[in-house]
Amino acid sequence: MKYLKQVFIIFFISFLGELCNLCVPLPIPAGVYGLLLMLVALCAGIVKLPDVEDAGRFLIEMMPLMFIPGSAGVIEHYKEVMRVLWPFVIAVLLSTVVVMAVTGLVTQHVIRRKSGRWTE
Amino acid sequence: MDGIISGSLFFGLALTFGAYLIGSALHKKVKTPLLNPLITTNVLVIAFLAVSGVSYDTYNLGAKYIGDLLTPATVCLAIPLYRQLHLLKRNARAICCGIAAGVAANVLSIFAVSALAGFEHHVYTTLLPKSITAAIGMKLSEEMGGVAALTMLATVITGAFGYLTAAPLLRLLRVTDPVAKGIAIGTSSHAFGTLKAFEMGEAEGAMSSLAIAAAGLVTVAAVPLAALLL
Repeated sequence: MKYLKQVFIIFFISFLGELCNLCVPLPIPAGVYGLLLMLVALCAGIVKLPDVEDAGRFLIEMMPLMFIPGSAGVIEHYKEVMRVLWPFVIAVLLSTVVVMAVTGLVTQHVIRRKSGRWTE
Repeated sequence: MDGIISGSLFFGLALTFGAYLIGSALHKKVKTPLLNPLITTNVLVIAFLAVSGVSYDTYNLGAKYIGDLLTPATVCLAIPLYRQLHLLKRNARAICCGIAAGVAANVLSIFAVSALAGFEHHVYTTLLPKSITAAIGMKLSEEMGGVAALTMLATVITGAFGYLTAAPLLRLLRVTDPVAKGIAIGTSSHAFGTLKAFEMGEAEGAMSSLAIAAAGLVTVAAVPLAALLL
């Protein structure tokens, strides 16, 4: 019964997320709406941590598997992919490194500057 | 071989789970990040389909159900985020600056490479949403005249590469703060990279989950403007 209730809450919030996705004309997926709704529900105390924790941990642990069906779909676009593969891959790799470096350095810089001021 | 099993629901599920078990076992034997279970599982599934001649549609008939669980799993990312909410409150300004800078860096780097390589407009717009979760990125790409399936490919390559390079790259740049690490990983390589953030620790994972949602939303606003550049 414990898991039944946890799964119910998670599925119900996912459903609310889907409703938002269907009603709001923005390209925001149901999961992102659901994440925000779940966060609000937890902060407001409508949902307590023990009400979702175990099933939540299980789903997060299973997450790697959930990417596989979608990414294996690349096989369907084999010809298109081969045509632009190398410049495409290089663009993606370069940009990923730049984004990660810029985000990490800027975030850390602002955190350190703030905590530096506190110690003065 | 496709004929007999073309109506099978559990073939795709069994192949996905089986390949993942093999991938995990391999990862335990050979300790190299290149043999990450996610990457080996993907290669195994694609290789199996290519060799056996089973169509992707047949595979996906059952496998799509595990893919659909991505929505409730994303919802559950709110749980570690809630547990680490104090980090968000304390570092709100740094997090906003970091994500805004990251989204800008994504747009500018894709623009620079596309202009240099002479990509056509639709390749450029296909690449723009590569760093955000595929669920947002594919819709965005279509709206800007890109090719959704290729955006999916770019997103997967981004995620896999972010997963592999996060630890060494951040170490090299001396980014040691858990909040900065998590935000950097989530902004650059969405949910796929977030798996690495969770391997580093719950604070990193929670911040990375937050960045998936926030960077996705900021990108939705930034990409239509960026699409006008090239």
